Amino acid sequence: MASLKELKGRIGSVKSTQKITKAKQMVAAAKLRRAQAAAEAGRPYATRLAAVMASLAGKVAGDSAPKLLSGTGADQRHLLVVVNTDKGLCGGLNSNLVKAAKIKARELQAAGKTVEFYLVGKKGRAPLKREFPTLIGKGFDTSTVKTPGFDEAEAIANELIAMFDAGKFDIAHLVYPTFKSALAQDPTINQLIPVPAPTLAEDTGSVVDYEPSEEEILEELLPRYVRTQLFGALLEREASEQGASMTAMDNATRNAGDLISKLTIIYNRQRQAAITTELIEIIAGAEAL
Amino acid sequence: MPLHFELVTPAKLVRSEEVHMVVVPGTEGEFGVLEGHAPFMSTIRDGAVQVFATANAAPEIIQVRGGFAEVNEKGLTVLAEHVEG
Repeated sequence: MASLKELKGRIGSVKSTQKITKAKQMVAAAKLRRAQAAAEAGRPYATRLAAVMASLAGKVAGDSAPKLLSGTGADQRHLLVVVNTDKGLCGGLNSNLVKAAKIKARELQAAGKTVEFYLVGKKGRAPLKREFPTLIGKGFDTSTVKTPGFDEAEAIANELIAMFDAGKFDIAHLVYPTFKSALAQDPTINQLIPVPAPTLAEDTGSVVDYEPSEEEILEELLPRYVRTQLFGALLEREASEQGASMTAMDNATRNAGDLISKLTIIYNRQRQAAITTELIEIIAGAEAL
Repeated sequence: MPLHFELVTPAKLVRSEEVHMVVVPGTEGEFGVLEGHAPFMSTIRDGAVQVFATANAAPEIIQVRGGFAEVNEKGLTVLAEHVEG
């Protein structure tokens, strides 16, 4: 049985842990609202770009299609772009992402493909490196900026496209969390490069003039599309991180509260027991006289 | 009849309003878009988008970088990667 002093110390330490988790929870709740608004504000651009892509890609098919759309013609070397968070204290978010990436990598390896990783964010590095020590390629550090924005997405996309142009990989997949609610963030895997041929939009029948030609517009559009995808992933990551963090910290705060009340009961019982023992000793001593 | 004009960046929907005319800096030259313009698509170069709220009003100038413009029956949509001002 722990002594009274030890119990007091434990209660104290759980209390300070609770203070930390509580603070982190409140910070996450405040940031979540902003991150969610940012994720929502980013949607109109993405949907419009996708619509334009769909109408253009339908017209520019076949041999004249740019490499970013048609691919290299092979599907041997795969690149997994895994978007993790930079900070912890967000529950199972990162381990879920890593798990999804691992499953995908194993699946590709079983099919005889070679797999390489490109890591965005700090938290995925250690677990993936443990599993696939030789497959970790380059990465992008987002921890130097407070809130990763379009500039970061642009930098990542440019690097990926340069790697693609240099023939480093054939197909790139993007693994990122999709923010559903503060309770649920699902890891999602999308093909990033070559840009998946969008489902054909319904033909409006109107003849559209293009300036410059369709091919040139598409050529310029595809990198933009990749950038937007990455930007979207970063926004989703931000919202997911805050959401997961809020939920995890809420649980932790509650758990700490439970622990404190349990420990307090034990502490009080022991204190009373000690008082009773002391009283008995005094009475026994008095009676002996 | 007003023209429905939308200016969108990856971060947010900057403008969505009814205007008289918009002059867009296309890659192959500036072009003005009025209501009822034929369906048209163009990439844009870095420059100023001029928004005329009414026929005689002074234009409102918005600097954009990188993107493209689409005109369809619903109006004009400018997708730009960066917007200043």
